[in-house]
Amino acid sequence: MTELSLESASTVPAARGAIGSDLRMQRVRSAWIFLAPTLFMLAVVAGWPLTRTIYFSFTNASLTNLSGAEFVGLKNYLSWVTLKSGRTIFSGLLADPAWWGAVWNTLKFTLISVSVETALGLIVALVLNAQFPGRGLVRAAILIPWAIPTIVSAKMWAWMLNDQFGILNDILLGLGLISQKIAWTASPDTAMIAVLVVDVWKTTPFMALLILAGLQMVPGDIYEAARIDGIHPVRVFWRLTLPLIRPALMVAIIFRMLDSLRIFDLIYVLTPNNAQTRTMSVLARENLFEFDKFAYGAAASTMLFLIIATITVLYMWFGRVNLEGER
Amino acid sequence: MVATLAKRTAFYVLVAAIIVISVFPFYYAILTSFKSGTALFRVDYWPTSLSLANYTGVLSGGSFLRNLGNSLLVAGLVVAASLLLAVTASYALARVSFRGRGLLLLTILAVSMFPHIAVLAGLFELIRWIGIFNTPFALIFSYMIFTLPFTVWVLTTFMRDLPIEIEEAAIVDGARPWVIITRVFMPLMWPALVTTGLLAFIAAWNEFLFALTFTSSDIQRTVPVAIAMLSGGSQFEIPWGSIMAASVIVTVPLVILVLLFQRRIISGLTAGGVKG
Repeated sequence: MTELSLESASTVPAARGAIGSDLRMQRVRSAWIFLAPTLFMLAVVAGWPLTRTIYFSFTNASLTNLSGAEFVGLKNYLSWVTLKSGRTIFSGLLADPAWWGAVWNTLKFTLISVSVETALGLIVALVLNAQFPGRGLVRAAILIPWAIPTIVSAKMWAWMLNDQFGILNDILLGLGLISQKIAWTASPDTAMIAVLVVDVWKTTPFMALLILAGLQMVPGDIYEAARIDGIHPVRVFWRLTLPLIRPALMVAIIFRMLDSLRIFDLIYVLTPNNAQTRTMSVLARENLFEFDKFAYGAAASTMLFLIIATITVLYMWFGRVNLEGER
Repeated sequence: MVATLAKRTAFYVLVAAIIVISVFPFYYAILTSFKSGTALFRVDYWPTSLSLANYTGVLSGGSFLRNLGNSLLVAGLVVAASLLLAVTASYALARVSFRGRGLLLLTILAVSMFPHIAVLAGLFELIRWIGIFNTPFALIFSYMIFTLPFTVWVLTTFMRDLPIEIEEAAIVDGARPWVIITRVFMPLMWPALVTTGLLAFIAAWNEFLFALTFTSSDIQRTVPVAIAMLSGGSQFEIPWGSIMAASVIVTVPLVILVLLFQRRIISGLTAGGVKG
């Protein structure tokens, strides 16, 4: 499935005889020495912290008392007490409506943003794959949203979406599409739309470039043959182009999906303290550093990690993603 | 004839729409940054004023210059450290076949796609324990989680595509792996190093979550956090002019870099699949 078969021609085959085997041994030994610093660094910066986060989620650690954390089992995830009256009261992350709200927001955001970005990315990629004067200009233009830092794009759009002085309300009012100014980022009905618009604007270029790379690997004579056979371009797209770029598309989608599932910065800046857009990452960080519920936040972080890992594995399994295919 | 003309027109309308939508928000930010006073709150589609008040305000007041310096320092050092580690690691992963290599590559890819929030609590403890909380080192250290796997991955794909003959010749001459890397591969790898370094630099420059969590004082912040925290006299008085000026200041160098290195960046992006 995700086999990264690198046993290709690029590695020097073991030379013949004893000298060759010595050489091989020496090369493998150097390889591990060369890898050691990187592996050590990754273990320290990723492996160890992840282990500690999971550990904290089973304790009563607080921001001011990390070292004195005591093991409390699954209490942060789920615990219950049965009252004398026979009523059972659940508490913990899995019984917390705020958590499930955040899960739902994250999934909704990911599903909509990745679908829209895939569709728009495909359109932009098809445009860029055509030969026309001014193509370089389009490619340069779409790199701009990608290059702008997320925080900056959040602020730029917050200003454009401003309820009183924003240019977007001005345009929409001018076109007669809305009858009164809308508080896009503050209103519960539109906050998610605002976040989606900014995210789509910022990340569609990335999607388009990845799809374009796939499109450019399709040999041109296939289109030529289809044209001679008189097949309608729309049919060519669905029956020929799409299946051929499927591997590139699947990889692009999973990269975007993993990115959307962990979204934090855009929402933190564009729609702070808004229950309609609070995602899992935002909720976890709030608990960790703002609400003084460090262990609870660690539990949310751990759950987020598990959810993302599960979705990834399922996607790769059902989508039969071949990471080899993108290269 | 009419049909083709209509098609061509539709196509160019689409092209124009793509360009306008991509560029407009940045254009509007520049427009706003040159306005001051009440002009700020009037919607204009074309430049009407050229006041530098917002720029001088941002650059002279507060710690914005210091924040710019922090961002440069952090992003520069983290890229240098990542490339240093990644060159040897990617040589091993690309050119030597050994057991467990596929698994290692998969692990490295998985780390680069990690939800950063999952390591936040553990990193916070570690950074406080080392004693680098609220210093640039906290950021240089934590940013390795995304710059290192990314550089290793892209450089590995690049090195794997180099022809085998150049290495064979060096082996026949009795060159050791270290010599092969420094004398044979490094001269060929400059383009790849520049691309990867640039992409990693942009990612580090734009990072927000770690910068927000691991720094606590104004002067230690990096630019994205500084912009997010820019506030006026009261909470209802958002200094949009200054925010737009600061945004333009941090974005213009990036846009210039990206446009200059367009082709390289696109090839690096598609090899590494990073959002930045």
